[in-house]
Amino acid sequence: MLILTCPNCGLTAEESELAPGGEAHLKRFGPGSEDADFEGYLFQRANPKGVHFERWRHAYGCGKWFLAARCTVTLEVFGTYPAQTTEPPTEIVNKIKAKRPDWSLS
Amino acid sequence: MRRYSAFAIAREAFRHHLGWERAWASPAPKSRYDVIIVGAGGHGLATAYYLGKNHGITNVAVIEKGWLGGGNTGRNTTIIRSNYLQDPSAAIYEKSRSLYENLSQDFNYNVMFSPRGVIMLAQTEHEVRGYKRTAHANALQGVTTEFISPDRVKDLCPIINIDGPRYPVLGGLWQARGGTARHDAVAWGYARACSAMGMDIIQQCEVTGITAQGGKVTGVQTTKGAIGCAKLGIVVAGHSGVLAEMAGFRLPIESVALQALVSEPIKPCMDVVVMANTVHGYMSQSDKGEMVIGGGADGYNNYTQRGSFHHIEETVRALIETFPMISRLKMLRQWGGIVDMTGDRSPIISPTPLGNCFINCGWGTGGFKAIPGSGWATAEMIAGGAPGPLAAAFGLERFREGRFIDESVAAGVAH
Ligand SMILES: Cc1cc2nc3c(=O)[nH]c(=O)nc-3n(C[C@H](O)[C@H](O)[C@H](O)COP(=O)(O)OP(=O)(O)OC[C@H]3O[C@@H](n4cnc5c(N)ncnc54)[C@H](O)[C@@H]3O)c2cc1C
Ligand SMILES: [Zn+2]
Repeated sequence: MLILTCPNCGLTAEESELAPGGEAHLKRFGPGSEDADFEGYLFQRANPKGVHFERWRHAYGCGKWFLAARCTVTLEVFGTYPAQTTEPPTEIVNKIKAKRPDWSLS
Repeated sequence: MRRYSAFAIAREAFRHHLGWERAWASPAPKSRYDVIIVGAGGHGLATAYYLGKNHGITNVAVIEKGWLGGGNTGRNTTIIRSNYLQDPSAAIYEKSRSLYENLSQDFNYNVMFSPRGVIMLAQTEHEVRGYKRTAHANALQGVTTEFISPDRVKDLCPIINIDGPRYPVLGGLWQARGGTARHDAVAWGYARACSAMGMDIIQQCEVTGITAQGGKVTGVQTTKGAIGCAKLGIVVAGHSGVLAEMAGFRLPIESVALQALVSEPIKPCMDVVVMANTVHGYMSQSDKGEMVIGGGADGYNNYTQRGSFHHIEETVRALIETFPMISRLKMLRQWGGIVDMTGDRSPIISPTPLGNCFINCGWGTGGFKAIPGSGWATAEMIAGGAPGPLAAAFGLERFREGRFIDESVAAGVAH
């Protein structure tokens, strides 16, 4: 079972307590933007086989959103961080790089 | 290729079964093909088959990183139905279902198609209305389905508890011509027929890169070296995002795990397929007697081919409510596949930003039933360079243009 630590309340939660929310750090394109940008924001996903930055909600706990860095192949969790973060925190990025020298943030 | 027949069985019985040929060849890759298909699942193999059969294109390679049929095609619960709501879906799934009817005869390989009938239970007022609407839509589409009463449901499947405590059965959408088929045999039958046409099925060969020049694909890099092609078809289900990244574009697809499980074999007790979409579980009985069970997809991106235990628990809980007699069955095996989910729960059969590169993906939790029709449509698109009538509505541009083929609201689950 996947276990994530909620950065909002500090609890260690099992996945049955959490609701997945898909890819994190999407740039929002609103009314008036180009069709292609809007399409990218709404539908196109990185869907990587490897490191994934993603949104989770502590649905049956504090109810708040947070973000996580996780590998979709090994399910290794590199860390969780607040939902208000607009890009992956350096600390987590460095941790991933130390473990996976071939990986880079794209 | 020697034909399989009753006569062949008799002949072999007299010579210690030494005369059976290998069903398909395992050639080394040539340096170049007219068409390369990446992925030897049902959809990739069917695409190759109809390229040869319908369009006379046989200089084709199907490249597979594992063994053919080892992806979702060999992991699915084999429900075949065509009672979709939207017209483009009904057209391609019904084409597919009708091709299944004669598939064994078509390529002389028994796929054990069993049109035993599929019931989708209506267990809420919303579902009753939804399925009545689907039955009307199907009537207009020429797909034979009917909305049936709880008593008829009980008649067709006596082991159902129609007075369930939470969700009594209020009716059902019945497609008598739906059913199941043997999943491996579908992949094997297509593979054998492709090999007989002189196509190369290259297993244990992973595509690791796509080479393009001036907006056109020139070939692929593989673990068995570089192979050139005039046209490329990407048909890799859960790995579509990985291949799209190699080709330099993004897809409206996320890969998640979907699980299934089978019980110990028991005597025949159920001769239809039942889907209970509100409580989220479905069940049929295999020819070996195992109860074949599936539920909903897991929620998060995953490439591990196994899922989370609590989803199995939810599925089994739902099914015990619906079929109380299974509560003491032991489960024998559980497994997962990586399914390629689109936002509207409809597939993608489309040209890509690279001119001579085509993609077939997004079948998600429900593409086994579509294998013949999808292969037919994808072959037509690759041969002609543009989608034909069956594929036209399933292009990638539908997301940008807001022309969804929304089956996600039409069917809570899509198997
Ligand atoms: C548990 C489960 C239950 C299901 N139940 C049903 C059902 O009841 N009814 C129904 O209609 N559908 C069902 N489905 C869905 C159905 O199985 C799929 O939609 C269908 O099999 C997809 O076929 P495919 O050929 O596109 O993919 P696959 O069979 O997955 O084939 C894709 C192939 O591509 C190969 N590949 C990937 N990357 C590479 C690479 N880089 N190089 C070379 N090869 C590569 C893979 O190894 C794989 O063999 C179910 C799926 C699952 C997982
Ligand atoms: Zn919390």
